[in-house]
Amino acid sequence: MNQKIFSAPYLLWMLLFTIIPLGLVVFFAFTDSNGAFTLENISKVGDYASTLFKSVWLAAVSTVICLLISYPFAYIISRKKDHQKRIMVMLVMLPMWMNFLLRTYAWMTLLEKNGLINKFFGLFGLGPFEMINTQGAVVLGMVYNYIPFMILPLYSVMLKIDPRVVEAAQDLGATPSQVLMKVLLPLSWPGISTGITMVFVPAVSTFIISRMLGGGANLLIGDLIDLQFVGNSYNPNLGAAISLVLMVIMLLCMSIFNQFEENEEAALL
Amino acid sequence: MGDNFIINLKNIVVDFDGERVLKGINLDIRDKEFVTFLGPSGCGKTTTLRIIGGFVEPTEGDIYFEGKKINGMPPHKRQVNTVFQRYALFPHLNVYENVAFGLRLKKMSEKEIKMKVSEAIDLVNMRGYESRSIHYLSGGQMQRVAIARAIVNRPKALLLDEPLGALDLKLRKEMQIELKKIQQSAEITFIYVTHDQEEALTMSDTVVVMKDGIIQQIGTPQDVYNEPTNAFVADFIGESNIIDGLMHRDYEVEFAGKIFKCVDKGFDEMERVEVVIRPEDIKISSVEDGAISGMVESVIFKGVHYEMIVDSFGSKWMIHSTMCEQVGTMIGMNINPEDIHIMKKSDSEE
Amino acid sequence: MKKLSKIYTGLVFLFLYAPIFVLIAYSFNESKSRSKWTGFTFDWYVKLFNNDEIIQALLNTLLIAVISCIAATVLGTAAAIGIDKMNKKLRGAVVNVTYLPILNPEIVTGVSLMLLFTFLKIEFGYTTLILAHISFGVPYVIFNVLPKLKQMDKYIYDAALDLGCSPFKAFWKVVVPEISPGIVSGALMAFTYSLDDFVISYFTSGVESQTLPIKIFSMTRRKVSPEVNALSTIIFLVTLTVLLIIYLKDSKKEKMTKVKKRGEAI
Repeated sequence: MNQKIFSAPYLLWMLLFTIIPLGLVVFFAFTDSNGAFTLENISKVGDYASTLFKSVWLAAVSTVICLLISYPFAYIISRKKDHQKRIMVMLVMLPMWMNFLLRTYAWMTLLEKNGLINKFFGLFGLGPFEMINTQGAVVLGMVYNYIPFMILPLYSVMLKIDPRVVEAAQDLGATPSQVLMKVLLPLSWPGISTGITMVFVPAVSTFIISRMLGGGANLLIGDLIDLQFVGNSYNPNLGAAISLVLMVIMLLCMSIFNQFEENEEAALL
Repeated sequence: MGDNFIINLKNIVVDFDGERVLKGINLDIRDKEFVTFLGPSGCGKTTTLRIIGGFVEPTEGDIYFEGKKINGMPPHKRQVNTVFQRYALFPHLNVYENVAFGLRLKKMSEKEIKMKVSEAIDLVNMRGYESRSIHYLSGGQMQRVAIARAIVNRPKALLLDEPLGALDLKLRKEMQIELKKIQQSAEITFIYVTHDQEEALTMSDTVVVMKDGIIQQIGTPQDVYNEPTNAFVADFIGESNIIDGLMHRDYEVEFAGKIFKCVDKGFDEMERVEVVIRPEDIKISSVEDGAISGMVESVIFKGVHYEMIVDSFGSKWMIHSTMCEQVGTMIGMNINPEDIHIMKKSDSEE
Repeated sequence: MKKLSKIYTGLVFLFLYAPIFVLIAYSFNESKSRSKWTGFTFDWYVKLFNNDEIIQALLNTLLIAVISCIAATVLGTAAAIGIDKMNKKLRGAVVNVTYLPILNPEIVTGVSLMLLFTFLKIEFGYTTLILAHISFGVPYVIFNVLPKLKQMDKYIYDAALDLGCSPFKAFWKVVVPEISPGIVSGALMAFTYSLDDFVISYFTSGVESQTLPIKIFSMTRRKVSPEVNALSTIIFLVTLTVLLIIYLKDSKKEKMTKVKKRGEAI
């Protein structure tokens, strides 16, 4: 019996629920409400260039902050004793199991005008500071929600770095910063690129975090798409066009990083 | 400090998690010497090496390098290099770049680097492999690269942490000879860690036998083999018969119910001692001519010699001899006075 | 240096947990306002359990997760077995398309499915939700099962046939047990992602078929009630317990293997 036949139901499923829907996105993006071909939607996306740019910018800032916080943190955990390692990894994963809406909601209570942080500063006669409904709050929300996706791949790649290799570099005269640049960074590159993709992709397409923490003034691409499909300004053709642009940005971003990865693998082989 | 000592360890104590792993190590290492730390796993030999390399800070005690105290100096500032257990080569660099790593950090010119690297690669017989990724090297080849990577920096001392442990027996023998050659031609102090007594004896100028964080004996290979200071050293280095004995007076010891002449002195009268006799030092004779007699219990052919276990009134003796006796025959045994080694009774029972 | 790294890990964990602990603390606050603490109470928990909408949403979530997880596991396992037998080119193509739902931004997947259901004129409700959840669950099953198939000895299936099994029996008795760890972890992933999903459900659910994440969303949109805090606390405690059980089981297993190793060494 040919076992290939087992995959037939899935192939059909894939066609129906992956390929055709994406085809529909493309179809809607290039048609008007009557189904006639048009480039109007795509050109209209240009009107939202500032939102697009802002989304990419905030997501990039969040990704960099995640990387900077996670890198030393993942390294420290990876050098702990086994049982400590497992507890700490568990503690990193635990918040991930709570729905991101709840986590973001928690930050709202902290950042509000009469929230806990402002109250704390109030004790010293400072503030209140305007923290919620700012871009800073959106970045904070993205960092908080997606940082485990940076820590975990970094941690797993650092586990594989033999501590003796680090010692060997020190032994050969490398200062701590040279150990980082010449040994740790090149060896942990696969983890870095995975982490960047895993943080950047959801961050750039998020649409609730920005609304909850950023207020109405900080709409991102995700919010725009949402508005076209569910919100008041119902226009699935424009929404599809924006989605298409978002997908293209994603693919570009990932192909850049995957290329690096492939080169890295080729060098290792 | 001494005339040509390169490293001095003074009263080194190390605690890990409340456990004392080194209990007061005192050691002076001469320049251009081949020193081996020998002992079972957990004896503290690797920790001692890591103290010299700068990877472990002593809890107490001082370490001197060329007369200067270097406690607290980070590894990258020390003039020693290490060949690590299982090599620790950089997986992202090829053979050439691994060897060049230390030189590049010193900001040497590309020309100079090329010269030195090819010299080091020649020294370890790896010409032609420069652009090879280290993932395609055999254990022996990785070993050579690790040595070249360390030695290219012209360290004052090279630290080797069980470098041959992962190789098979034949390769290990070859590499032992090569390492000794490299040490002699490079004129560098080698500090070598191993648990293999044969390796220690064949390569070293000085052997440091360790157990439980304490140095048991320091001496030439001949010294530690022929004149072990205690039962542990005798047992660990080669095989021995270790028997309880009683020192009657200088040059006279009683064991196995007989009084023997020996060459040791300086014990108390009637002091309880341990007597060490190497299996190859027991001469077989007829029962009448033997100082001790016993029955052959088993015979195993070991290639060059036969190993026999002889029962003499309940105590077992191991004998190595080129002659083969039948199991069950009675034989006599004689021992020359210079082959009887008397040691203080060790306080700890194993 | 050691001290510094301890302070650093402490700060990161503070960052990760401060908001959660604030939520938990407020779930016991008598006052509805978050600006003052008026006293300790369990009222919000009582109210939460009397809130039919939330209970209904919880039941919906579980129902959808169970159904979609089972369907995704069957579909994905069968698919993995077929894909494993394909030639390199075809396999590469199928694997790449399978990656799409994982790599694509969730919002795009959600929107594309919404367009499909509108196009096919399927009414938004349980059906669309379950179809959507199966769709994003299947790739996780496939990518957990495929490596196990690769590791498997290719000849055990033939050996089973040789010993007189029918193809179906050989498959069921020999292949499935061999790849079952992959099936289980794939199923678990599909299940948890289904429980947790908001974005895709947001675009594919109907009014009647609200899941817990969607309910939470609507709760956070209105003037917030401390019931959300109580709900967060419960969810936190449940996941903490589950993870602790897994952790204790693992460390027990580890100890056993250590003892075993030591035994072998002796």
